[in-house]
Amino acid sequence: MLAFLDLSPAGERLVAMATKIGTEVAAVHAGDVDRQGRFPEESLGAIADARMLSSFVPTELGGDGATMIDIVAACHVLGQYCSSTAMVFAMHQIQVACLVHHGLESETLREHLRLLAAEQRLQASATTEVGTGGDVRSSVCAVATDGERYRLRKNTPVISYGDYAQDILVTARRHADAPPADQVIVVVRRSDAELVPTSDWDALGMRGTCSRGFILTAEGPIGHVLNDPYAEISARTMLPVSHLVWAGLWSGIATDAVRQVRAALRQQARKTAGVPSSASDVAMLHADLELVRSAVAATAQLYERVRMDPAAATTPSMTLRMNALKVSTSLALPRIVTDALRLGGINAYRNDSEQSLGRHLRDLHSAALMVHNERILANSGSLLCVTKDDA
Amino acid sequence: MTDITTLIRAVLAEHGRLSADALALADSDDLHEAGLSSHATVSVMVAIEDALDLEFPDRFLNRRTFASIASLRDAVASLTVDA
Repeated sequence: MLAFLDLSPAGERLVAMATKIGTEVAAVHAGDVDRQGRFPEESLGAIADARMLSSFVPTELGGDGATMIDIVAACHVLGQYCSSTAMVFAMHQIQVACLVHHGLESETLREHLRLLAAEQRLQASATTEVGTGGDVRSSVCAVATDGERYRLRKNTPVISYGDYAQDILVTARRHADAPPADQVIVVVRRSDAELVPTSDWDALGMRGTCSRGFILTAEGPIGHVLNDPYAEISARTMLPVSHLVWAGLWSGIATDAVRQVRAALRQQARKTAGVPSSASDVAMLHADLELVRSAVAATAQLYERVRMDPAAATTPSMTLRMNALKVSTSLALPRIVTDALRLGGINAYRNDSEQSLGRHLRDLHSAALMVHNERILANSGSLLCVTKDDA
Repeated sequence: MTDITTLIRAVLAEHGRLSADALALADSDDLHEAGLSSHATVSVMVAIEDALDLEFPDRFLNRRTFASIASLRDAVASLTVDA
């Protein structure tokens, strides 16, 4: 646990449920989810039954009013049991945060959040697009409006768990004549959309996220288009929350790897009735992980303080910090699990042992790629050309 | 102030990568709607800093400062008054 995080009462309940579902459901099926590359339906079912999909929704709309700290803590817990479960949960929470931070002034979107809470609807996202070179801050497709209806067609290389979501938040240009960076988010109901798969998902890790490509065609009420520009939603909510929930679950994956090394050390210590020679190496591993976990916790607390203040949440130094958290954790954690693998020896290397770390390592190698570090560093680099604050 | 406006227009034309003609924009036109991306914002800021030999403090590094030619002019004006 990220024990020193200040959880709200809703967060305490959320973390307790995540721990129970993690141990009793997610951990049981994690191996099969990975082998088959299938959606973790058992754990997502349990998460919906526990009403965890609406944790971040305000209480007056049927949710629990959890804080972002609570959500990061829950991601950290789930990551210790099944990376794919944790990633689907985390990505859903990113979408919920966008709706909660940017949709509450619209009665239509408030109704959407009520429905989300009542039905525990899973929210996915379609931000990438064929033809933009991986730049999510530019779109080819555009929202077409016809009276009170929107129409939209997007060729997207990835919609994680798109086959299993009830709604998909889709980025597009504001109108047919808008420049590529003048984007909005449309909340596309699954029932308003047709999804034609264009690719399958057979990847090194995160195999249960089922991140296939689709051509999405949708038509729905114009009220499902968020009013805030995507540029603002991205800066205040989508980017910082993504980096926080991801870093939360990634450090959870590594926490489980280190837990196994620690368990092996304790066993060895009992056998030899003394401190084994590997104890210092395990201590170094523990120290490396603690540095990452402290950074995750500190950044989560920082973001929670500013997230309701759009100006404070989008200062260059906040963006730099969030980018730094993502890049640093995504590089440090695979190294930590590699060290754990070395310390765990053949049992960690085997796929068929209880101490196997193969899945942890494969799953964590996604971290540097999902929003590629090179793109994030280019963004930070350009900010560093003009920003002076180093507090 | 007219000179500053002319300079801002010229910088936008050279560095803004707008989809509209910077020289034809009204002072109050939305630059983001005219295609100003966050990446181009940095180039625009560096060019203005260089041309006027000033530094924008971090509190100015936001979308509002870059909303229009007028808001950029206000930002520059507040800095030259402070100085």
